[in-house]
Amino acid sequence: MKEESIYSELSSIRSLMERSSKFISLSGLSGVMAGVYALAGAFFAQRLIQQQEDSAHTGGEYTVHSSIVPQLTLMAIAVLLLSITTCVILTLRQSRKKGEPSWHPGSKRLLTSIALPLITGGIFITILLLRAEYWLIVPACLIFYGLALVSGSHYTFSDVKWLGLFEILLGLTCALLPGSGLLFWVIGFGVLHILYGFIMHFKYKQ
Amino acid sequence: MKISLEQFDKAFENRLRLQIMSVLVANESYDFNSLKELLAATDGNLASHLKALEKEDYITVKKSFIGRKPNTQYVASQSGREAFIKHLEALENLIKNQKT
Repeated sequence: MKEESIYSELSSIRSLMERSSKFISLSGLSGVMAGVYALAGAFFAQRLIQQQEDSAHTGGEYTVHSSIVPQLTLMAIAVLLLSITTCVILTLRQSRKKGEPSWHPGSKRLLTSIALPLITGGIFITILLLRAEYWLIVPACLIFYGLALVSGSHYTFSDVKWLGLFEILLGLTCALLPGSGLLFWVIGFGVLHILYGFIMHFKYKQ
Repeated sequence: MKISLEQFDKAFENRLRLQIMSVLVANESYDFNSLKELLAATDGNLASHLKALEKEDYITVKKSFIGRKPNTQYVASQSGREAFIKHLEALENLIKNQKT
């Protein structure tokens, strides 16, 4: 056996082990788009809050008034849906380009491992909304999203774990500093996503 | 330069078998159809090599049904994992020996 052939054999084994257990068609660009949507959402949310404060003349940056909560919630849901749709479309396109099946044991495990923290978080946040504990909503979003990323990172690029850890850290910090929800939302869902998306895009030359 | 060829596992002489084994070592279990798609192998070829690995006790087979469709999962056994690692080490040793 020639040395090169053994090398290529070993590297093909390595890539096979990775390809079979991980889903590596996640699109970096969809991260950037999700960040842009989040920033746009935050911009409109800021304007809504401003308007509401101007008209009410009551103040305090520490309170979000319950009258605009439905609008803010709708906005957040719209951002979420847009991000998911973009991510699914771009990822499917990516996996077709790479010739990787989009539905295989790796992607199934990825989905099931992020589903549990995400669904738990979704229910928890709904409860917070119903009980009017608004100040906890952004921290809860960040923390549960971060947990989902960390648990999903075993089945995709390991870089996702770092994104998850940063989100958790931001969520916890945000819980310590009430009234800073929007700022942390912008950093966690906007800036971090865009940064991460660009890093992935260039690191894996998509 | 002498290389101990007995370190090479006869069961892994075939490329597809080695590939099957590397997938199963990296995953808890893998089903037939996903293996087929991943390795771009034909039904018959894949089945016969899986059979050979099963005979060596390197893999175990779990048959079940999802609805009415048969679903066959393959799992690497402990001895299979050990044999796979040993085989890879032998390959690496071969490279090292050739360098010196």
